[in-house]
Amino acid sequence: MQYEAVIGLEIHAQLLTESKMFCGCSTKFGSEPNTQTCPVCIGMPGVLPVANKKAIECVIKTGLAVNCKIAPFSRFARKNYFYPDLPKGYQISQYEFPICEQGLVEIIINGSTKKIGLTRIHLEEDAGKNIHEGAGNYSFVDLNRAGTPLMEIVSEPDIRSPQEAAEFVKKLRAIVRYIGVCDGNMEQGSLRCDANVSVRPAGRKEFGTKTEIKNMNSFKYVEKALDHEIKRQIKILNEGGRIIQETRLWDSNRGITESMRSKEEAHDYRYFPDPDLVPVEVGGSWIDELKKQIVELPDSRRQRFVSQYGLPEYDADLLTSERATAEWFEQAVKLGGDPKSVSNWMMGELMRFLNEENKLIEECALKPEHLVGLVTLIDKGVISGKIAKTVFEEMYKTGEDAGRIVKEKGLVQVSDESEIEKVLDEILLKNPKEVERCKAGEEKLLGFFAGQVMKATKGKANPKIVNELLKKKLSGIS
Amino acid sequence: MELYSLSIEEALTAIDKGEISPVELTEAIFKRIEAVEDKIHSFVTLDKENSLIQARRTEDNIRRNIKQPFAGLPVAIKDNICTEGVRTTCSSKMLENFIPPYDSTVVKKLKEQGCILIGKTNLDEFAMGSSTENSSFGATRNPWDVARVPGGSSGGSAAAVAADMCIAALGSDTGGSIRQPAAFCGVVGLKPTYGRVSRYGLVAFASSLDQIGPITKNVKDSAILLNIISGYDLCDSTSADLAVPDFTSALGQDIKGMKLGVPKEYFIEGIDKEVAKSVNAAINKLESLGAIPVEISLPHTGYAVATYYILATSEASSNLARYDGVKYGLRVEGGDLIDMYMKTREAGFGAEVKRRIILGTYTLSSGYYDAYYKKAQQVRTLVKQDFEKAFEKVDVIVTPTTPSPAFKAGEKTDDPLQMYLADIFTISVNLAGVPGISVPCGFTLQNLPVGLQIIGKYFDEETLLKTAYAYEQATDWRKRKPKL
Repeated sequence: MQYEAVIGLEIHAQLLTESKMFCGCSTKFGSEPNTQTCPVCIGMPGVLPVANKKAIECVIKTGLAVNCKIAPFSRFARKNYFYPDLPKGYQISQYEFPICEQGLVEIIINGSTKKIGLTRIHLEEDAGKNIHEGAGNYSFVDLNRAGTPLMEIVSEPDIRSPQEAAEFVKKLRAIVRYIGVCDGNMEQGSLRCDANVSVRPAGRKEFGTKTEIKNMNSFKYVEKALDHEIKRQIKILNEGGRIIQETRLWDSNRGITESMRSKEEAHDYRYFPDPDLVPVEVGGSWIDELKKQIVELPDSRRQRFVSQYGLPEYDADLLTSERATAEWFEQAVKLGGDPKSVSNWMMGELMRFLNEENKLIEECALKPEHLVGLVTLIDKGVISGKIAKTVFEEMYKTGEDAGRIVKEKGLVQVSDESEIEKVLDEILLKNPKEVERCKAGEEKLLGFFAGQVMKATKGKANPKIVNELLKKKLSGIS
Repeated sequence: MELYSLSIEEALTAIDKGEISPVELTEAIFKRIEAVEDKIHSFVTLDKENSLIQARRTEDNIRRNIKQPFAGLPVAIKDNICTEGVRTTCSSKMLENFIPPYDSTVVKKLKEQGCILIGKTNLDEFAMGSSTENSSFGATRNPWDVARVPGGSSGGSAAAVAADMCIAALGSDTGGSIRQPAAFCGVVGLKPTYGRVSRYGLVAFASSLDQIGPITKNVKDSAILLNIISGYDLCDSTSADLAVPDFTSALGQDIKGMKLGVPKEYFIEGIDKEVAKSVNAAINKLESLGAIPVEISLPHTGYAVATYYILATSEASSNLARYDGVKYGLRVEGGDLIDMYMKTREAGFGAEVKRRIILGTYTLSSGYYDAYYKKAQQVRTLVKQDFEKAFEKVDVIVTPTTPSPAFKAGEKTDDPLQMYLADIFTISVNLAGVPGISVPCGFTLQNLPVGLQIIGKYFDEETLLKTAYAYEQATDWRKRKPKL
């Protein structure tokens, strides 16, 4: 039987605020355990939460960026459950009245656009972390992360394949990074993704029984985990079995999803409005103010790159997937770089170097003006394309100016005809047999001689002139 | 006159004139405590040493002409209000050794003004109760008759004020916990409008109902203390961002032509005859001062107790979840995590607290939420609207504070429902969020105090205090003291 997968995603994005959701503690990552805590985020008796306005604004901005309705009235609710990393015995979240509802994100699948609906975006606080190593029969609790603002983005069950799911996560990641509300780091967990997956016979309307998949901490794993889970479910159904509604954990080492301890026996979180916090009321002027802060988003930027710079879709898509990359590109063009040349260098050499070092473009010593300098030197014929690669690498490493590198390393292209001719004559003299064969019509040997000239000049000879000379000399001989 | 029996106003005047020193006053208070505390048991923790250090420091300040408006005033604090460095137990084994690393906002304000915090007063565990018998550290007794309860849950504070073991005290009121013990102990207890006083540092029982307020020997003291503790607090989102008037300035204005709402639902069968008599006499007294009684109706009064016990317990079940043995407070080791949780909460909480946690957990559970919590919220809105409508016609509402005078210790401990009904006249005020005050309005034949409750409009404590003051000054109930 033909099956169709139905996938809905829940994405947790840690917001880039300086301080926690309900107190003034720092949200910095990686500090000594329990050094970023206070009575409020430890859940001491008598303390009260005060909502972080910046965090609310991050959610509103995200909502605006993904075409959500921003609720004029929303409310925090308590989600009650016991766990040592949850200091108050409840998590402050949102339930009935989230800040954003009914959004829309577009993804491109096999060249065509698909719309994925968003159910809601809400704001909540993160829990702390239990540490089980090194304490014998005990566990430690680190509450540095407790109270960090998290935004939960819930999609409609509109996703039909693991590839679509991965594209969706990529798109959302790009958006939250563009508007600066989340750093999108999946390995460190500042962007986390859970999926609800079910399968149904193709053409049927009703959903099948779903499972929830957790712990997919990269795009690749989103795709792999869902692929595995869909196959697992289909296999069970084909064998006449039943899917059990449960939470499953993706094990990236073994490439499988596994049932989590069945602590999921229908948790009753007893949600109710948090009486310690007043409702969030969002007026039009606040929204207008935040709209102004939203930069051009990846989709419209991509379209503009195609129309304004004449780039191919593929280039435009790649260059706009990160805001910093897109800005780098536009800066280079603004400084006079030819768009297609700049794009070629960025997508080729630059991305390759960055990937090798796992570096971000903004961390790179090579700046747009350096690349423009290099492109100009090529255009003016000062250096050859081949030399340019050497210069590029040097610029990438040192952040030095292209012109200076060329000068210091003596990489200037030799365009002086007589100088090249001298070198060529020597080579012709040393290789009488090849000259003979060439004269006999073996034209591919022209390439051999050109190579020899380049070798002798350490690549600096202007290839155009070398070719002209070769043709002149060898055809002259014949 | 003994120093310990001074009011706030008298004490401050005497200190200001140099007639007494803060150290003398503090020593007099502790001497009084030593004399009568055994009979009353108002305090969970006394802080004599620090109080005297503080008193001496205050004297130095006075000598060096550093002005603090309330320098040297000995105040007692209910033990569910956090005090930095002084244990805050909520009269629960769970927090028997809990020492907060921070001051509640009200305590910070009192300290800034130069008040001396002499100790922490007893309460029903986590403020759940109406008799101060539900304390893990022993019951408090009523100074007017030590065989009787002082009311609750701020029974320790009310009894301490009545027995002159402090000049004034702070209590907290979730369903009547300031006003009911004030009535039982013959003192003045004010529950401000919800949001008037910061709740930061008040250990939460039911967050949407809790409010800190003064318990004092007279109405003027109530206004003075309210002046200190009121105001918007950045640490409490539910506190009101409103200017705070000088509450003493309205005192002494006449009340001619003021309309007194008398809700018929509060003068019902089952109310103690002597209480009804005293309250009616008080209404007549107010009328003789020029106020005009108007019969009104608060039609949803009958639903208040049920509504309250759903909402308050729902919130409590969540508020008390943090006492899990993990971070602070009591921990009883167990075989595994769940076992530790269960043993800790089994040992740490008393029966009434457990009862309310179970009730509240139930009313919030899926499948029951709509029938209980949500319905109760809807009724709460109706109760609120009752008051709003009434206040379109009247300036204040007067009722008995309690249906009976102080009852005997042990009388209601086995009957929680009877105990809950002790707050029948005070609960609606918390549900609506309006301010209410209890002032002494007479004594029964057995010499037990009776309280008159005056309820005001939102954030109109001024009219409330003005009315209470006019009544108080026209009578001399405040001059009676319990014999101890």
